[in-house]
Amino acid sequence: MIAHAIVFYIFSLIAIVSAIMVTVSKNTVNSVFFLILDFISISCLFIMIGAEFLGMIMLIVYVGAVAVLFLFVVMMLNVAQQKNEWFNSSVRSSHIPVGLLVSIIIFFELIIVIGGWKYKPDLLDSIAIEINTDLTNTQSLGSVIYTDYIHLFQLSGMVLLVAMIGAIVLTFRQRSGVKRQSYFKQISRDRKDGIELVDVENNKGVKIDA
Amino acid sequence: MAELFIFFEQIYKILFLLIPVLVSVAMIVWLDRRVWAFVQKRRGPNVVGPFGLFQTLADALKYVFKEIIIPASSNKVIFILAPIVTMTLALIAWAVIPFSETFVLADINVGILYLFAVSSLGVYGIIMGGWASNSKYPFLGAIRSAAQMVSYEVSIGVIIINVLLCVGSLNLSDIVLAQKDLWLVIPLFPMFIIFFISALAETNRPPFDLPEAEAELVAGYQTEYSGMMYAMFWLGEYANILLMCAMGSILFLGGWLSPIDLFPFNVIPAPIWLILKILFLFILFALIKAIVPRYRYDQLMKLGWKIFLPFSLIYVVLTASFLMYFDLLPGN
Repeated sequence: MIAHAIVFYIFSLIAIVSAIMVTVSKNTVNSVFFLILDFISISCLFIMIGAEFLGMIMLIVYVGAVAVLFLFVVMMLNVAQQKNEWFNSSVRSSHIPVGLLVSIIIFFELIIVIGGWKYKPDLLDSIAIEINTDLTNTQSLGSVIYTDYIHLFQLSGMVLLVAMIGAIVLTFRQRSGVKRQSYFKQISRDRKDGIELVDVENNKGVKIDA
Repeated sequence: MAELFIFFEQIYKILFLLIPVLVSVAMIVWLDRRVWAFVQKRRGPNVVGPFGLFQTLADALKYVFKEIIIPASSNKVIFILAPIVTMTLALIAWAVIPFSETFVLADINVGILYLFAVSSLGVYGIIMGGWASNSKYPFLGAIRSAAQMVSYEVSIGVIIINVLLCVGSLNLSDIVLAQKDLWLVIPLFPMFIIFFISALAETNRPPFDLPEAEAELVAGYQTEYSGMMYAMFWLGEYANILLMCAMGSILFLGGWLSPIDLFPFNVIPAPIWLILKILFLFILFALIKAIVPRYRYDQLMKLGWKIFLPFSLIYVVLTASFLMYFDLLPGN
């Protein structure tokens, strides 16, 4: 039990410190690396409370895919330099008040939500369905998502689909003059299309029409 | 005191697994070079030790005594972290690989997800190395590799879903035990092929070794690395390849199970079967390195997104409908 507590505190300490470092560190790429560390320690916490499926999905989705894209963008756009220029410039930016306002609103929302939260002893009394301890996490999640909450599940899938199509539509450009490789054309080419035999008259040459 | 004892027992178990893995990585590098030489009618490494078996150890010793050069303009912390990350991620995944019914370090519920997660983290070692070098070739190599690994992970994920539909559990031991009567390579043969090709791309092996295509990018993300740090990248890469082979043999070739449950076969201990299957897949990897020319980058992306992903998605639908129609779904 003591070992459990020690490990819990280590992971939460890492999570909090790296969350602070995400905002504090000057170099944007370092921020992203701290964000990844944060994700990893949070998924370790998930695994510690017995939500192993959630923890692994967190690793796969956030660390394995989302953070890679973050890193990509940050590295390619050279945001670090922009950020430094922005910090050092004398011109006052209007970002700070807006950001403060948004974060204060989110902070109060969190207080409201967590204030109404039921902690473990109360939680077990307040739920109607019995907890089946024989099933694994994955099984119980699947049996709920694909039966009782199927409409919500499908709806969230639709939202993702719309977002995906939107992203494609926004960034898609039809460029002219791009040479595309068509496997079908390449394979279906035969001798007749490629070679033409011409009888060349002496001293006249051949006119090749391009 | 008892807790301390458990702690040391765990460490003993971990060492008992890790040291053979590291030794076999060294042997597998030798095997890779030998197979490659065999295809090209060369001798390959045959001087150090019997059949040249100690060649890799000699190479490793050479790397240990070489100076580690850290570029002046690099990001030093991340530059040093990158090979460590690669190596660590390649080794921690072995914790969940079941070598027999009882011999598995961590028999966790979501073993296959753990394997998938760790292999998807593998991209970080490469991106970190490429970016921290602060040089053009490593960065281009890192970007290529990140795009490639993320793309092929998607199709590996869908292939895993196919397997899970037939098995009904995310536990690796359950996945192996479910193949007692029929190895999944038979009903899911197309998926096995796609898994194999995706594994080649995921581990940056030829013909998909674009991140380190020497004709274009010098050595890709490892260009600036030297000495032991280069050796760690190299060992991590081979440990990853071995891991992918282990994953393929567990998912499709029945893991530690013997092919036929008859006398001469079932006396051979279970771990030997798994090792034989891993070796079989690895020799295929090595042969493909020798005989297939490198892909072009746009062809690689096209293969991943426009061919493998739709095909494996369609196969998920087919598998699910087949299992549903014939009432073969596991768990019923």
